[in-house]
Amino acid sequence: MTSLVIAEHDNASLKAATLNTVTAALQCGAEVHVLVVGANAAAAAAAAAQVAGVTKVLHADGEPFAHALAENITAQILTVAQNYSHIVFPATASGKNIAPRVAAKLDVGQISDVTQVISPDTFERPIYAGNAMATVQSGDAIKVITVRTTGFDAAPASGGSASIEALSAVAASDKTTFVGSEIAKNDRPELTAAKVIVSGGRALGSSEKFAEIMTPLADKLGAALGASRAAVDAGYAPNDWQVGQTGKIVAPQLYIAAGISGAIQHLAGMKDSKVIVAINKDPEAPIFSVADYGLEADLFVAIPELVAKL
Amino acid sequence: MKVLVAVKRVVDYNVKVRVKSDNTGVDITNVKMSMNPFDEIAIEEAVRLKEKGVVTEIIAVSAGVTQCQETLRTAMAIGADRAILVETSEELQPLAVAKLLKALIDKEQPGLIILGKQAIDDDCNQTGQMLAALAELPQATFASKIEVADGKARVTREIDGGLETISVSLPAVITADLRLNEPRYVTLPNIMKAKKKPLEVIKPEDLGVDVSPRIKTLKVCEPPKRSAGIKVADVAALVDKLKNEAKVI
Repeated sequence: MTSLVIAEHDNASLKAATLNTVTAALQCGAEVHVLVVGANAAAAAAAAAQVAGVTKVLHADGEPFAHALAENITAQILTVAQNYSHIVFPATASGKNIAPRVAAKLDVGQISDVTQVISPDTFERPIYAGNAMATVQSGDAIKVITVRTTGFDAAPASGGSASIEALSAVAASDKTTFVGSEIAKNDRPELTAAKVIVSGGRALGSSEKFAEIMTPLADKLGAALGASRAAVDAGYAPNDWQVGQTGKIVAPQLYIAAGISGAIQHLAGMKDSKVIVAINKDPEAPIFSVADYGLEADLFVAIPELVAKL
Repeated sequence: MKVLVAVKRVVDYNVKVRVKSDNTGVDITNVKMSMNPFDEIAIEEAVRLKEKGVVTEIIAVSAGVTQCQETLRTAMAIGADRAILVETSEELQPLAVAKLLKALIDKEQPGLIILGKQAIDDDCNQTGQMLAALAELPQATFASKIEVADGKARVTREIDGGLETISVSLPAVITADLRLNEPRYVTLPNIMKAKKKPLEVIKPEDLGVDVSPRIKTLKVCEPPKRSAGIKVADVAALVDKLKNEAKVI
């Protein structure tokens, strides 16, 4: 029983989600290998070899993998898939893009967003936006799963000494080509790995106000910025800031929700946070039902005051 | 060009589901059912492509119980030209649905297949990717913009950290994200018109597909409840609580 973790990385280093995924994989079986598929990704492979608990790193390198296109990564995973009992991805945009493709090629079911490994074939996962938790059992020979990183601690990034084995890279698919990307550059922590998140809702009223009110608070707390779907749809915040059922699932130490009413779809994305603070004018806002500390106030007054007092 | 759009009948997104007391699932008796919101976006996109003259025919497909016909009528009221229901009372999992859709692609030969990225009941986010794999087609998931020209679709995708644009050769499978479009309201005349549009009902056996589930649900429970905390009087009290009680700042 050996599990294969599909590393998420930027070629130079591992993304934090990979470490949580290793922990989940260690719970599935005794041995864990990590597959690093990238372009000039030797540094990421070396980092994977250092992760505690990993016994072998497989490294496939080539230009077709520069942009993590699902077709090419899937083809590479399939060259080794049959050697493993579990193929484990982080439930990130990239993991969700690739895992079902791998599962279908292996003619097995896929289990999404695993929050707990109960036994090697039995897993817990949320359904209905987290309003119910299902315990599911896979009857397939190879279990292809994506894991919710908030459900598992990060494996220590050092302490391991795995061997690194090079795989020959598969040929690129000619059906898909990368055109370009707009990735926002900022110095803030990643939303899914942040210890503190300050999140804004539709009440902010405009992208200018969102930036003017929320940014100083995030700066002060060293926090990542998040947003409700309403705020993203209205164009106040970029799409990848969306916290909720279909956006990012987060579980920071402190989550501050400002001007967010708390639709069930939003709560699904943040209710596992350790401490939740809600600032809202509406005393009936559902967000107060999950908040540890609720402040009924106008956020345009309360947030600047909070920044001043911190 | 033909486009095939898959739609799923799910518990309406406004309904807060309850777990059955015997922990076998969630209670969906007498609960409002609707089209999965992401699938509504998928249909809307197909209709917009038809309005632009890129698409000539829209086929809406659903798989499941007889009542899925209502969902297909809604799809036709939005603008699909005809519909196919693969009727079964079996529990359908994404791999099975992908196999059914693959069989229908072989039959209908669409130039484009659009699905919602995720169903809001099982929250799987798998069917589109699985279909692309089975049909050996390129995939463009989580689409927030689609432009079709010269046998290709240029798709902007919502990914971690921002947006990415890829170009896929057609036929291709695209899954719709929230911001692809805002679906139109269906009008009464269009609902009436939809009743006259053709709706074919077939069985999984007709497509030669084994839909038996691969994953067994052992139990379904309530999530751990988070109890409401306290209201604080002012910002100073909030800062005090965060510093001295919760100790998170």
